[in-house]
Amino acid sequence: MARRYEPPRQSGIGQFIDSIFIVALVYAAMFLPLIFGLTGGGTVTNVPETVTWESLGQNPTMAAQWEKLGYTPESAAEIISTRFDYTIDPVWFIITALVIGGYFVFVVRYSDKEYREVISERFE
Amino acid sequence: MTDHAIAAGQPQRINLLKVLGPAHVWALGVGIVLVGEFMGWNFSVGKGGALGSLIACWVIGLLYTCVAMIDSEVTSTVAAAGGQYAQAKHIIGPLMAFNVGLYLVMAYTMLEAADALVVGDLLAAVAGTETFNTQPWVVLTIAVLAFLNYRGVFMTLTVNFIITAAAFISLVVLFVGTQPWNPGAVLQHRELLTDLPYGWIGVIAAFHFGIWYYLGIEGTCQAAEEVRSPGRSLPLGTMSGMITLLIAASITWYAASGLLPWEYLGQAFTPMYDSAVVTGSDFLKVFLAIGTVLSAVASANGCINDAARAWFSMGRDRYVPLWFGAVHPRYRTPFRSILILIPIAISFAFTGLLDQVITFSILSGLLGYTFMPINMILFRRKWPLNSIRRGYVHPFHPIPALVLLALCIATYFAVFLGYGNQLLAMMAFYIGASLWFAFHRYKYVRRGDQFTMSWPKPQGY
Repeated sequence: MARRYEPPRQSGIGQFIDSIFIVALVYAAMFLPLIFGLTGGGTVTNVPETVTWESLGQNPTMAAQWEKLGYTPESAAEIISTRFDYTIDPVWFIITALVIGGYFVFVVRYSDKEYREVISERFE
Repeated sequence: MTDHAIAAGQPQRINLLKVLGPAHVWALGVGIVLVGEFMGWNFSVGKGGALGSLIACWVIGLLYTCVAMIDSEVTSTVAAAGGQYAQAKHIIGPLMAFNVGLYLVMAYTMLEAADALVVGDLLAAVAGTETFNTQPWVVLTIAVLAFLNYRGVFMTLTVNFIITAAAFISLVVLFVGTQPWNPGAVLQHRELLTDLPYGWIGVIAAFHFGIWYYLGIEGTCQAAEEVRSPGRSLPLGTMSGMITLLIAASITWYAASGLLPWEYLGQAFTPMYDSAVVTGSDFLKVFLAIGTVLSAVASANGCINDAARAWFSMGRDRYVPLWFGAVHPRYRTPFRSILILIPIAISFAFTGLLDQVITFSILSGLLGYTFMPINMILFRRKWPLNSIRRGYVHPFHPIPALVLLALCIATYFAVFLGYGNQLLAMMAFYIGASLWFAFHRYKYVRRGDQFTMSWPKPQGY
């Protein structure tokens, strides 16, 4: 029969440090990029020189709806003229694909290594 | 027994109360997701136009159909608390389970942040002043809901049932108020609907926020430990929830796309309230303001419940410090897990970056959906049909798993279009957390305790 693994007892300070680590990771990886503007919609804005509902490509019905929302052509111009830039950078695309694929390969393979210990202890 | 003693890992364990019925399960699932009809889905209009958003709604509906098929088989067989987290422990292994637990925690915590952000923003819109400070309202919303969750799950989800039903009714009232039987009177689809502004790549890009129409419905199985009759209540509550969401998504898209220009709709924080504003009806305006707040509150309420239970499950298994595995001795709630996630939700809500906070939630959900086909294929390989008793066997395996995997890959590409840096930031978090777990945290985990089902040994082990 396989020897049962007895985990070490974690101290209160150890538990506190582990808790702080995972919270700090949330802030470092996700919050800081957010507040420093490193993430978010990749957009471009091209406001026409003369701003009218027509130059912004809005028909009379669209213009009427904008006005009901309290907008003028000038205040709506930036919203209407902002578009996503879907140009694909092949290098970033490949890096991103490798990161996601590599992450899943690592997690599944390493999990399997741990799983064998679990099954061994549970069934033998 | 004091909570201190419980947290210290004494063998006597206080369990969560079994008090929930199908209506609570429905409220938990729909309550979390329904806010997606009031805000967030419309960012898919910004990425692909109004028609692109509709196509995304259908394609992502197929993704969720595959999720429902796969989840029905695995959930009905893995009769252990913790939903997908428990499935991962039994089928793939501890590191995957740790990640799945984190997916659930982050998806719900970011959604909770988005909900609180919308409450603050709607109040600012109603107040109509530039100087309105939304932050006290964000804190108040999360604090009150956290207190409700701290006090007890039955009261929390009973409240959720009432406010979710009221929010759903507000969508129906808006739909009826726009006279859909009389095109051109209020709804202006003929003049407002445009061609695809980005072509077909925009349609794929719209898959990103198309997830928001349904994200979180699978959270119903998080409450399995507290449901009186899981075999009846979980499928009934989940399926009635999916039907509710399909109706709500149809109503939402039809009404909003017939009232608002797509450029406005694609960036609005409160699109259904804005839709009511342009109808010119004060009654609809007030009704949709209330509906938006109620849907956000119901969602945040359910999110606190689900995120805390996922964190609590990981604490009980020592995947995170055991201190979080404590149950309140009086209220029988995972009170420490409720409290730890609140500062994170408030911080992200304070950024005011709704589309990006939502994207973090979507990405965590998407990683969870990517886990499902891997899980399903390994489940059938380790325990082939007839080797264990299954509550339900889904047909056409492995087609749903492969379709789900293909749709997940397409949705990663959709997020990459416009939000590529954020995708990498999210991956950096999960990679860092995985390394921490694999090379540090796992030593505190009892190996054999990770497998509690009375199944035979898996094939190949």
